[in-house]
Amino acid sequence: MSKIYIYKGFNRFWHWTQAALIFFLTVTGFEVHDSIHLFGYEKAVYFHRIASYAFLVLIAFAIFWHVTTGEWKQYIPNVSKLSAQIKYYTSGIFKKEPHPTKKTQVSKLNPLQAFTYLGFKLVLVPMMVISGLLYMFHKTVDGNNEIVIRDISLGSIANWHSFGAFLLVAFVIVHIYMTTTGHTYTSNLKAMITGYEELDDEKVADDEKNKAE
Amino acid sequence: MVKKIIIPLIVVVAIIAAIQLFHKEKPFYDLKLEKLRQEYAIKPVPSVEHSKFKVLQADFETPQEVTEACLTCHTEVHKEIMGSSHWNWERIAYVEGRGIRAIGKKNLLNNFCIGSQTNEQACAKCHIGFGMNNDHFDFKNARNVDCMVCHDNSEEYQKGTSMAGYPDRSVNLSKVAQSVGQPTKNNCGACHFYSGGGNNVKHGDLEAALIATTRDVDVHMAANGLNMSCVDCHTAENHVMKGKLYSVSADNINRLNCEDCHTNMPHFNQMLNRHTAKVACQTCHIPTYAKENATKMEWNWSDAGKLKDGEPYMENDSLGNHTYMSIKGSFKWARNIQPDYLWFNGTADHYMMGDTIGEIPVQMNKLFGAHDDPNSKIIPVKIHVGDQIYDKKYNILIQPKLFAEEKGDSAYWKDFDWDQASEAGMNRLGYPYSGEYGFVRTEMYWPVNHMVAPKEQSVSCAECHTRSSGRLEKLTGFYLPGRDNNPILDGIGRWLIILALGGVIVHAAIRIFYSLSNKEYETEIIDYENQNNQKQ
Repeated sequence: MSKIYIYKGFNRFWHWTQAALIFFLTVTGFEVHDSIHLFGYEKAVYFHRIASYAFLVLIAFAIFWHVTTGEWKQYIPNVSKLSAQIKYYTSGIFKKEPHPTKKTQVSKLNPLQAFTYLGFKLVLVPMMVISGLLYMFHKTVDGNNEIVIRDISLGSIANWHSFGAFLLVAFVIVHIYMTTTGHTYTSNLKAMITGYEELDDEKVADDEKNKAE
Repeated sequence: MVKKIIIPLIVVVAIIAAIQLFHKEKPFYDLKLEKLRQEYAIKPVPSVEHSKFKVLQADFETPQEVTEACLTCHTEVHKEIMGSSHWNWERIAYVEGRGIRAIGKKNLLNNFCIGSQTNEQACAKCHIGFGMNNDHFDFKNARNVDCMVCHDNSEEYQKGTSMAGYPDRSVNLSKVAQSVGQPTKNNCGACHFYSGGGNNVKHGDLEAALIATTRDVDVHMAANGLNMSCVDCHTAENHVMKGKLYSVSADNINRLNCEDCHTNMPHFNQMLNRHTAKVACQTCHIPTYAKENATKMEWNWSDAGKLKDGEPYMENDSLGNHTYMSIKGSFKWARNIQPDYLWFNGTADHYMMGDTIGEIPVQMNKLFGAHDDPNSKIIPVKIHVGDQIYDKKYNILIQPKLFAEEKGDSAYWKDFDWDQASEAGMNRLGYPYSGEYGFVRTEMYWPVNHMVAPKEQSVSCAECHTRSSGRLEKLTGFYLPGRDNNPILDGIGRWLIILALGGVIVHAAIRIFYSLSNKEYETEIIDYENQNNQKQ
């Protein structure tokens, strides 16, 4: 048993800021949807807007980071091992079988993770950002020379935005649960906080072997 | 390990709590508003003292003599007056679906006293002229212009009841002539507060209480505020009043808007400014109308005509409002009313004499507007409902003859005979009357524009942006955030979350079950041994 440094500083900052923003946007967003009552409608709308701008800034930084560090390659899913990973989560995990894929600094996501996160980044987040921006700037002529989006009905924009919100909530539930499936129940969570993850000795040995090569 | 989960959770909760606790609106000074306040706080001082003019120091026998005196100095002003709707009781306007029409009090019907035609003798109490007692009034005679009704500043002048627009015999005309000036609330209010036969009957937002009121009732006209008069906003370039009343207007020319002073971006909050594209200022800033005295909400002509011992009578409610009058029917009143809301683009159609009745209730003035129309905004309205007489055979509304000085002149208010009144009315207007009359439901729409509340009392976001029983509940056909949702999508979303939670719980349960079944086996053995050891 040993520890390896797997999540770099920005990676952790980005992850937790995004988590907090998504949590906050969910709460305020569902208040705007009149599903919950917490801040009051006016403040909920105001906070949702502020948080959405913060989220846009974070996304810009994250994209820059992914591109410049080459981290984006992590999200190319290895389709051949996908079924093995699904099989592990549906049966192997109960019998304490070893993980079918190895976690390393170079490859920190298993195929199912890579596939899911790719969907998150390429479908869910763009869907929320685009529908959110359309929502934000949806208005008709008022003489203020503001951006005018009239051909798309606010109803359909809002429906896409709330559909994305439901998907996000479902994603977060499963995502949080999946953190307990690491080496120990909390090793994944610890890793995302400290950057270091406990891994099986054999894995580390393998890694070192890989590095040596 | 538990700490590592709990601490971030506490941090998140603490952040939310902190935001909730410490987010306060900063105090600010609205310079735009202060500038307006300053402008209207300075009351104009007249440059002329009319009592010093020799021509006005006469003993006037007739009101026409006063008008002639006015015209000796203001030589051309009668031309302006005689081009105004206050004089003509009609205006040329484009009416959608009809074309160019001359419409106004002269020829339109309403669901209060129905119409002025055949009743001029009484209705002309609110005409700025002398002697309109039938349809032969000479609109080209400048001598009959009544300057005093609008410009008397002595509160002496008063038009007589059913005197065709002539002043009451008690009025001292010389005193009035020497104290003329800019119109005050009293001048405008004499007609516009009492229209429909009593205080606040028609408008709901215009009534005698506004002469001296508080900011809670009206921020503009409040005596403890700016104490603005009607003509501060309703300016009158060449005696053409700015502003439209859609019980008699049809087009959107020369409308008076809040934006004229306050601009269309009056809030510091940009989110609120965005609303001005689709929501009229009045919608949020007039949360209720008829704040002081009640206004008439329903008028049923079909109940008219009941007599006690052969004599007409009336019944009042506890506030002194008539609930029944033999001559007019039964009424319903209300005060502090939350308005209804409509899309409105500033144009309207009207029921015009001779129109076949289609939709019931008949819309006496149909306000045009729709969500898709870029010129439409949501406005607050008073909806006045009732029933009134119509011809069952020809299916048109009837203009009955209501007023006469004496019995036996076919007037309903004297003889209580609908047949005779209808025949006399329709005959003079040149429409046929079949002899079969009934009563049909009618509706009339009164945009609410006055009684603007202090900003603290304006309508809050959640009063409209709420799933159920919001102010805009009935105004459907567009997506209103917070009110509208797609129930199917919300259902799918709910199931998605339930399935995710369920899947996670089942998965966790299986994992716990497997690991327990392993550990249980070991624990049992240990326990067994321990127990044995203890026993030994």
